[in-house]
Amino acid sequence: MSEAATHGRSLWADARDRLARNRAAMASLVLISLIALACLFGPFLTGHAYDKVYSDYVKVPASLASQPTEDRIGPALQRTASRLRATIASDTREGNTIRLVLTAPRAIDERSLAFFERSDLFHAAKVLERAEEGKRLTLLVPIERNRFLFGTDGNGRDMLTRTLIAGRVSLAIGLLATFVAILIGVTCGAVSGYLGGRVDTVMMRAVDVLYSLPFIFFVIMLVVFFGRNFVLMFLAVGAVEWLDMARIVRGQTLSLKRREFVQAADVLGVSTPGILRRHIIPNTLGPVVVYTTLLVPKVILLESFLSFLGLGVQEPMTSWGVLISDGARNIQGATYLLIFPAIFLTTTLFCLNFIGDGLRDALDPRDR
Amino acid sequence: MMDQAQFHIRDLHVRFRTQADELHAVKGVSLSVARGETLAIVGESGSGKSQTMLAALGLLASNGVVTGSAMLNGQELIGASEVALDRVRGAKVTMIFQEPMTSLDPLYTIGQQIIAVIRRHRTVSAADAKAEALALLERVRIPDAARRLASYPHEMSGGQRQRVVIAMALANRPDLLVADEPTTALDVTIQSEILALLADLQREMGMAIAFITHDLGIVRRIAKRVAVMRHGEIVESGPVEQVFNAPRHPYTRALLDAEPGGTKEPTPADSPVLLEAQDVRVHYPVKSGFFGRTTQVIKAVDGVSLTLKRGGTIGIVGESGSGKSTLGKAIVKLAPATGMIRLEDRALIPLSRAEMRPLRRSLQMVFQDPYGSLSPRMTVGEIITEGLLVHEPGLTSAARDRRAAEALEEVHLDAALRNRFPHEFSGGQRQRIAIARAMILKPRLVILDEPTSALDRSIQKAIVDLLRDLQRRHGLAYIFISHDLAVVRAMADTILVMKDGQVVEQGESENLIRHPREDYTRRLLAAAMETGFSPC
Repeated sequence: MSEAATHGRSLWADARDRLARNRAAMASLVLISLIALACLFGPFLTGHAYDKVYSDYVKVPASLASQPTEDRIGPALQRTASRLRATIASDTREGNTIRLVLTAPRAIDERSLAFFERSDLFHAAKVLERAEEGKRLTLLVPIERNRFLFGTDGNGRDMLTRTLIAGRVSLAIGLLATFVAILIGVTCGAVSGYLGGRVDTVMMRAVDVLYSLPFIFFVIMLVVFFGRNFVLMFLAVGAVEWLDMARIVRGQTLSLKRREFVQAADVLGVSTPGILRRHIIPNTLGPVVVYTTLLVPKVILLESFLSFLGLGVQEPMTSWGVLISDGARNIQGATYLLIFPAIFLTTTLFCLNFIGDGLRDALDPRDR
Repeated sequence: MMDQAQFHIRDLHVRFRTQADELHAVKGVSLSVARGETLAIVGESGSGKSQTMLAALGLLASNGVVTGSAMLNGQELIGASEVALDRVRGAKVTMIFQEPMTSLDPLYTIGQQIIAVIRRHRTVSAADAKAEALALLERVRIPDAARRLASYPHEMSGGQRQRVVIAMALANRPDLLVADEPTTALDVTIQSEILALLADLQREMGMAIAFITHDLGIVRRIAKRVAVMRHGEIVESGPVEQVFNAPRHPYTRALLDAEPGGTKEPTPADSPVLLEAQDVRVHYPVKSGFFGRTTQVIKAVDGVSLTLKRGGTIGIVGESGSGKSTLGKAIVKLAPATGMIRLEDRALIPLSRAEMRPLRRSLQMVFQDPYGSLSPRMTVGEIITEGLLVHEPGLTSAARDRRAAEALEEVHLDAALRNRFPHEFSGGQRQRIAIARAMILKPRLVILDEPTSALDRSIQKAIVDLLRDLQRRHGLAYIFISHDLAVVRAMADTILVMKDGQVVEQGESENLIRHPREDYTRRLLAAAMETGFSPC
């Protein structure tokens, strides 16, 4: 009996091949993987922490150029000098450092030179020469170079880092809440559909009751009772989204349980959990996979909506919804605050929808 | 007289582009049908017989490519524009399909659908069209035609629906009627009525008929000429008598020999009783109204008794709706029954699911549809050994794999195929897999619910042979449910004839077939005989 048993091609393998030939879906898959990788590893590479406030760079527009720009250096030097109660006698640029000569009516306290370091434009200043009993100082001030590719927000935080961090949160909520919804939905739908009768009636009426709760009201209630936090988001979204899934799976199960292979398993004596696990659930997974790819964007959108209303993620943590809400308030003065998170969000949603479409075609080629 | 033929197909090729390669479905078919003549195109599924006609009428799936020529009354159809084809189809050429359930639109009444066909091709006033529709319905012998015009398809039986489809097909007096297995989905008695109707209508209206079928009995009855197709080619064609009496091609001979023959060896009189059923009833209450009051009871099985000895076979015949499948399901407890069913010394009806489980080993079932009865996402090996998971849970996966291989060899399939998936097998192979799944548990009684109905004739014969062989080797008892008298006769010791949930007649099979006592049995036999069954 040890002859090499040939391996067949499963329906899943066929579906994978069909999906691989769908250009839009594959491009979307690549793009969304890139977005996910960027959100995961990007924040380590931007050089900024997502909650670091650069008070000198409030609402800097997005640009490729490094900060500070030339027109910012002069005023910043003036401002710092006046804090030291000194005036600038001369400043000469040597590359990325400034040779600065300060004069003052009284001796300048060297400890107050820390104002340079405290500014976001300069590193610590070094004293080259003291003259006239400290009333004339020659300093070497290195300029601190920063890049804000997506600009900074109203608090002077780097938008690139924040967009990527927000992506982490949005994608995590999207995936986890969807996972929760699927787990509950598939189990409930399959059990309710297969057992039928009274169990079905009770379970589906429960679903109907949950359906009739207004979602926003439900979330506000949760927030009022438990305060705002991240876990609550999963609960709220998951508790609502599994209902659709349960109905879809129940419908599938109802038609599957009359199929002859399920009856055949029954005649073999297979137990109810065995039938559900081996025969019902694997055969409902096609529509479930498709619905999942459509559910993820829906959940992301829902989270954005809640965050937009101020019921979602809390500062300094952020999500695409929060950023977009922020950007929408600044749409007149600082469009870039809206544009970048919006591009990320819509690209993600587009990609997921294309993938869902591709999966639908791949899993059910007859229905084209 | 050369051009009497009004429909010519010459050197027709059909190719389907699939993902991987190109499928050459029809390879240079040429045929012709003359006015008033019936040409039967015979072949097994996949032989390209339907595709040939669909291609000629421009009805192929979008990935199909046609070359060659198809002339109707001197008009070339291949490559004609959609507009030109639309003028021809439904007026000059019409088609009847196999499934009367799906070829009518459920949202419109019968009358609306017939009138639409008439007015689409001719300028007729609504009132005239309605009168014509009525005449057509009367012509296809639908009783109470005036009232039926306002009926919806779901209010009619399968046979009546097929009559409506025929009425629609004839509405514009076509020159050619293409009938694609129009009687396959119907019961034998209705089948013979429809065939008689088609023959009458042809005499009256004089159209040519191209009749596509896999059933040689029908060919003998309805056609003058026959073309036998295999693998996309016509292997033999000619007058029916000549082809049937002196087949030249080996494939035609094989088809003709494929009638399941032989009979079962009789069961020894002293073999013990395995299954006894008394007064089995399966009633389904129909509930209606807000409080779910039972307003009506459907008596699917109504007081059936039978006794089956070890190694014996009972054949149950009847038309669809006679309750024969429900009876089979009641015995394996797939349908809720009352009465008494005893397997050896155990009464089955009061048993709970868990109590029933150990007994399931000796009580197996094979279903009708080999496409539906195998789980599509499991490998064949997993499907076959699923019963072992339940009844021999101690078995290692290596041991199960070995048993799967043995079971496949027992039903004459290559054991190396056990890691493949069901969709990679043909219908006959799948039915063998389903049989292997039942046999691996070494049952004592197997209920066979129309196990050959969805298969081609030649494959039916092989399955019947296999089942008889397994019975001999393992001393199995069968309950063989079928509407096909030829197959039942080849399998069963005794035959039970069922109608409306009750047994109308039962007896030893040869005796019952030669000397039927009841009218209903006689009608069944007569209908079967008209399509080629011979009781001697």
